[in-house]
Amino acid sequence: MTEKRRYWIVVVVVAILALIYLIRLFNLQVLNKTYKQKANQNALRYITEHPARGLIYDRNDSLLVYNDAAYDIMVVPNELRPFDTAELCRVLDITKEDVRKKIEKAKKYSFILPSLFEQQISKEDYGFLQEKMYEFPGFFVQNRTLRSYPKPIAAHILGYVSEVNDQDIENDNYYKMGDYIGKSGIEKAYESVLRGEKGKRVVLVDVHNREVGRYENGAEDVVAVPGVSIWSTLDIQLQEYGEQLMANKRGSIVAIEPKTGEILCIISSPSYDPNLLVGTARPKNYGILLEDPRKPLFNRALMASYPPGSTFKLANGLIALQEGIVTPNTIYSCSGGGYHIGSHTVHCHNCGGLNIYSAIQRSCNTYFCRAYYNILSNRRKYKNVQEAYTAWLDYMHSMGFAQKYDTDLPYELKGSIPTAAYFDKKYNGSWNGNTVVSMGIGQGEAAVTPMQMANLLAVIANQGYYIRPHIVRAIGKKDNYNTQFSEKIYSKIDPQHFRTVLQGMKMVVTAGTGRGAQIDGIEVAGKTGTAQNPHGADHSVFALIAPANDPKIVVFCLVENGGFGASVACPIASLVAEKYLNGEVKRKDLEQSMKNLSIR
Amino acid sequence: MNDLNKRTSRGFDARLIITYIALIIIGWMTIYSTCYVPDGTNAIFDISQPYCKQLIWIGSSLLIGIVILLIDKQLIQHYAYYFYIVCLLLMVLVLIIGTEISGAKAWIKIGSFSIQPTEFMKVATALALAKFFNEGKTSNEKRYVWLIAGGLVLLPIIIIMLQHDAGSALVFASFIILFYREGLSGVLLILVFIAAFLAIFTLKFKELYAIALLTAVFIGFMIKDRTQKKLMRRDVIVFVISIVFVFSVNLLYEHVLEPHQKRRVETILGKTADPQGADFNLNQSKIAIGSGGFFGKGYLKGTQTKLKFVPEQSTDFIFCAIGEEWGFVGTMAVFGLYLFLIMRILSLSEKHRIPFVRYYGYGIAGIIAVHFFVNIGMTIGLVPIIGIPLPFLSYGGSSLWAFTTMLFIFIKLNEN
Repeated sequence: MTEKRRYWIVVVVVAILALIYLIRLFNLQVLNKTYKQKANQNALRYITEHPARGLIYDRNDSLLVYNDAAYDIMVVPNELRPFDTAELCRVLDITKEDVRKKIEKAKKYSFILPSLFEQQISKEDYGFLQEKMYEFPGFFVQNRTLRSYPKPIAAHILGYVSEVNDQDIENDNYYKMGDYIGKSGIEKAYESVLRGEKGKRVVLVDVHNREVGRYENGAEDVVAVPGVSIWSTLDIQLQEYGEQLMANKRGSIVAIEPKTGEILCIISSPSYDPNLLVGTARPKNYGILLEDPRKPLFNRALMASYPPGSTFKLANGLIALQEGIVTPNTIYSCSGGGYHIGSHTVHCHNCGGLNIYSAIQRSCNTYFCRAYYNILSNRRKYKNVQEAYTAWLDYMHSMGFAQKYDTDLPYELKGSIPTAAYFDKKYNGSWNGNTVVSMGIGQGEAAVTPMQMANLLAVIANQGYYIRPHIVRAIGKKDNYNTQFSEKIYSKIDPQHFRTVLQGMKMVVTAGTGRGAQIDGIEVAGKTGTAQNPHGADHSVFALIAPANDPKIVVFCLVENGGFGASVACPIASLVAEKYLNGEVKRKDLEQSMKNLSIR
Repeated sequence: MNDLNKRTSRGFDARLIITYIALIIIGWMTIYSTCYVPDGTNAIFDISQPYCKQLIWIGSSLLIGIVILLIDKQLIQHYAYYFYIVCLLLMVLVLIIGTEISGAKAWIKIGSFSIQPTEFMKVATALALAKFFNEGKTSNEKRYVWLIAGGLVLLPIIIIMLQHDAGSALVFASFIILFYREGLSGVLLILVFIAAFLAIFTLKFKELYAIALLTAVFIGFMIKDRTQKKLMRRDVIVFVISIVFVFSVNLLYEHVLEPHQKRRVETILGKTADPQGADFNLNQSKIAIGSGGFFGKGYLKGTQTKLKFVPEQSTDFIFCAIGEEWGFVGTMAVFGLYLFLIMRILSLSEKHRIPFVRYYGYGIAGIIAVHFFVNIGMTIGLVPIIGIPLPFLSYGGSSLWAFTTMLFIFIKLNEN
């Protein structure tokens, strides 16, 4: 009987053991879900496929920005095993301390997602490392592309790309550490178009961290969508030419095709070679550029505000005509050395009696001071100076001043023209047209950007409207036009008044202050300006519209400390127009002297 | 026999044969899967591949099985001692001319094939013990019988220890089940379990805590037995022996075990937590089985075993591949087959009217059970990693031949 009992004890012991094992297995396989994840971490590697960034062309299909191949070393902290640190340091030319820091940083970001370990290694190092990658489990090489620029121009407007920072990752979870993002210019404005869509490849790796094949025959793979190419409104030839003309000077050129608002060239000098801000050299070079006292990173065309100078008279003339303060036949007399306000005089050249045409032609201060005073003193229409001034400011707004265009331009400055309230405060409510009369001739409190002045020229050229200036012409295909900004924005000035002002501008070039702007075979309209500069020599300013009867280009040029408008800005603007309209410049001597001219 | 026990026309136990065939088919399929290369040709008759070699082992095993079923039953019992002695001699031969594979000098190399006599020693010992009990039980000298029986088991254990094959040595402890069935004191077994508990406790929590525990128990007993001088003396003796035992366990652990064995023990005791180091294998094994989930990843679709994250996945760790590809359903099925096999052998042995068959049956049921529980236990972290194969499933000729012989002798002995 005890034998029978012992048989059952043996059976029960085996059964109990089996039960313990089954519970363990059930727990391991059914209840505990972490093993599945660990298995995937073991055997699957998610490789991000970075699409090539979209290319950027100019308006004539010339390449402005393209991509170069580069190789990044990535690290996945969880997959790290002890490796030969010295060997890795030797190949990548970094210190052991660097390795430690980089791995720490990667761990801080994620243990299971790949982090950038070393970016853009050379092709030779890549070839060498690829062979030895199995010795460094946890590391792998990722193909990347780097921006490259065939010509060292248009740095400000093209912008640059750099590695995303924590903020970028927080803002948009598309980005992972080590990704690139457009940080300024077109690269920033069109980031979502240019970047494409990342893809992923799921591959199986064995215990030695070697790729052995695709997971599930690529069922979970996502093909990367390449970035879309962009056609800029820029004319690469004109841009390059403008930059050459502005060499060794500070200032800006903005040229716009008035009918479309397309920016043909936008130059801010001094500039820099955009290739400097690519790849591993970027942080160092960026620091150097940032420290440079000439401020090459500063985009003067959009971010510098200047007193507009005499070119502002064009806008004031238009308002005076619209308000009926003057007609084309109204004659003001200029004598006694200028326009007198009490003991103060706005100097002029005793121009004698002149109508608006010759006032523009000769840039008569007296005429425009009087006209401006009369606009603000129009008590038949406005009951006080504040109302009259506000009405004037409204006109200015309608022509695109004191506002951002909010198109695709990087970091615009708004510029500023004070409000009536500002003067109320400044003069304790007691002021009149004469108090602020200097704004009638573009001095005083008004501050505008070169872009805004160029836009005024577009309003004049279009006889009443502008299309917001923008930098991208087509997206995806050359003829897939960017219609985001094609709305016509009308000023509050009637078309006939523009014809009057344009007539005056023609006379500036034929027989006035801007004769240097004449181009063989093309009728040019222009206006000189000299912006007073409290910090040194005056800024030389020129505004140009050509051809005057069928405007294809408007050019605004400002050369800091260049003196009279006629001396520097005028020939430069004219050369730019000639280059654009004729394809080549005949005035080689002038061209050469402008290129060589250095103003510090 | 009654109607429930279906028999083949010649009177062999069909269920055991079917279970056996099911296990070797599962084994072969799993070996094929572990060698399967997703984009490769995977030709079945590629002799360089383990799954092709295993086909040869399976074929020859079936042949061995049939031959055993055809021979005269009486011969088995008659030649039991000779078989035992031949195997023992082979084991000694291994010590002299054997080849070392992964730390154990347990193989004899003949051409490109290696034979591991230890595997056959298990059958031989079971047979020899059965024969000895059969003759010795009638003797009046009970103590003498136990001594000889223990010696028959201890002899191979000593030789195996000399081969540095601790895993196989452990298997021979399985004969304790037979001994128990045949009258070994249950108290002795309990004492062995208490000693084992004390040893594990000492290793896990340092000897100081073990001594504290012993002292507490000792004081308890002293208070209970305070009126009986005799019992108190017994308590003191047991206490002193226990203390000596605790220290000797520590001493043995520190000075006798090899470093890699120590690490394995520490891993199981949860004393090290280094996923890349000592318990890398165990960790990978658990990941493979755990990632199978309820239904598994599907045949040939396991990643962990195929990408070699699991070591020895066609031999000692073959259970991982089953767990990964067939999930809990698959591991349950394998479990069911083994439990059925073990229980069937036990029940047939218990009912058999010839004592020799019963002795033999208990012997091999114990061997198969220990192999099964130790092998699977190590893959799921219940037992330290000990390199012994999963019977009928693991890749390897010696093991399959030996287990086939073992099982088919039992089937033959049970012939109606």
